[in-house]
Amino acid sequence: MTISPREHDFHAARRRLEAKPKSARSKLGSLEDAVARVEDGDHLALGGCLYSRTPLALVWALLRRRPRGLTFSRNLMCYEGEWGMVSGAVDKVVTSWMGIGLPWGLSRIQREFVESGRVAFEEWSHLGLGLRYRAAAMGVPFLPSLTMLGSDLMDVGGSRTIQCPYTGQTLHAVPALFPEVALLHVQRADRLGNCQIDGYPHMDADIARAAATVLVTAEEIVPEDEIRAHPDRTVIPGFMVDALAHVPYGSYPHECYGAYDAEPDHFTAYVDGILQRGAAGVADYLEKYVYAPSRHSDYLALFGDTRMTDAAARARMLTT
Amino acid sequence: MSATVNELLAVMGARELRDDTTVFTGVGAPMMASVLAQRTHAPRLTMMVEGGVIGPMWKPGELPISTNEMRAAYRAQMLPGISDAFLLAQRGFFDVGFIGGAQIDRHGNLNTSAIGSYARPKVRLPGSGGANDIISLCREVMILTVHEKRRFTERVDFVTSPGYLDGGDSRRRRGLLFGGVSRVITNLGIFGFEAESRRMQLLALHPGATVEQVQENTGFEVLVSPSLTTTTPPTDEELGILRMLDPRRQFIG
Repeated sequence: MTISPREHDFHAARRRLEAKPKSARSKLGSLEDAVARVEDGDHLALGGCLYSRTPLALVWALLRRRPRGLTFSRNLMCYEGEWGMVSGAVDKVVTSWMGIGLPWGLSRIQREFVESGRVAFEEWSHLGLGLRYRAAAMGVPFLPSLTMLGSDLMDVGGSRTIQCPYTGQTLHAVPALFPEVALLHVQRADRLGNCQIDGYPHMDADIARAAATVLVTAEEIVPEDEIRAHPDRTVIPGFMVDALAHVPYGSYPHECYGAYDAEPDHFTAYVDGILQRGAAGVADYLEKYVYAPSRHSDYLALFGDTRMTDAAARARMLTT
Repeated sequence: MSATVNELLAVMGARELRDDTTVFTGVGAPMMASVLAQRTHAPRLTMMVEGGVIGPMWKPGELPISTNEMRAAYRAQMLPGISDAFLLAQRGFFDVGFIGGAQIDRHGNLNTSAIGSYARPKVRLPGSGGANDIISLCREVMILTVHEKRRFTERVDFVTSPGYLDGGDSRRRRGLLFGGVSRVITNLGIFGFEAESRRMQLLALHPGATVEQVQENTGFEVLVSPSLTTTTPPTDEELGILRMLDPRRQFIG
């Protein structure tokens, strides 16, 4: 039974949100200012899914502050979860699946840290975790569902069942998950934090509603009029957002729909480092890619313009 | 043409899909099977994948590695959020759920979580992903997997995704009123589940495979259907389509 009661305390979460300023002011600031809002021990929900629209720039800036005691939750956890484990920032991971993808095999880092008990691993089904964010987004302590019933996953997080008051049917009462902080990357926002997402929306809109503090990076900051010209495309209203930073290639080398493709060759090189040196391979990678570059643009420079331009061209080919 | 293991799985999987239906498909062999079905006998089959993608028309040579990438969404009809995609299955819109390999037991329960004790596993596996949801929420589920003794075990160490649980009506008694595993398709044959006991039962052998070979590669007693049949080998047309879709043989091996 690993679920923390504060994760589904809808009353406390509501009070916290009521007390929060919701000004239509500019939220625009630096990446460093955004992540300064994260405190040790916080539960951070990461947007995107696997290697798509991962808030990698926010994770990058966060890890540079050497945080401790964090929980990372994400529907499908990619290697940002490994960074959290190896850097010592994360002591609990909440997800439905961890790895990069079939060609890269099992996550050696997940195996090392979870098998030894150094990091707590709380597993939900994909929809189960989605409904945890959805319940929180709706401001209720749980949502009834048919998923996960009868499986051993019910015991992992301490799930309970309820009897439907109308039909008598047994249902999974999926507990809400109210994270302290949401980390999200979107294609465009105006300076007030009104966010638009292209392509698959993943779970970002629910996570923004569920979290106490919402930190966003955007590929592009557009004039307010451009948002007003297409308000149907806005999925996160500005009043939900606490801090916004303009970070082109803010998910790279993960993909951002329509903007750039992922870099599977880079993933392979990263995994090769782990196959050769285990967690030290990740530590070396973090040293080179996270701690050494002092600005995010220096991190991107390690990949080079040609690769980034090619990734953008592939994205255009795949979405037009 | 002779088929690789993955080609055999894709062909046999495709043949089990019917036209005018919907399929919630995983990546790898299930994805190849679904596209092959669309391009042969099931042109009115609609696919959905876990990343929240409905009705894609994947580009030959650019098949997706994950369900959440632009290749998976290529020429899609709709991109709902991930939770909303799964909720379509909970509502009952998906005729078939199609998932890939895992540790599986005689009642069709799947383990993709941990080998050994869950708290201190010998091998920590990636986790459920959407497999638990697909197996819980689709009208029927088909599993495509390589047939190996270490995968086919008497009882899985951990039920990540519930098949028929302890057999009989135990799945229904635990609140899963709908669905169930209808087929397990391997490189040796096609299996169903006996109506009463809900134990795995061999329905058909692929050409060249024998009952003895199936038993040798299975960690529990294999029930054999009294009307055991043999499948038709993959045709040149089927293999040709798969090789056109995957010219670099990333998925078909």
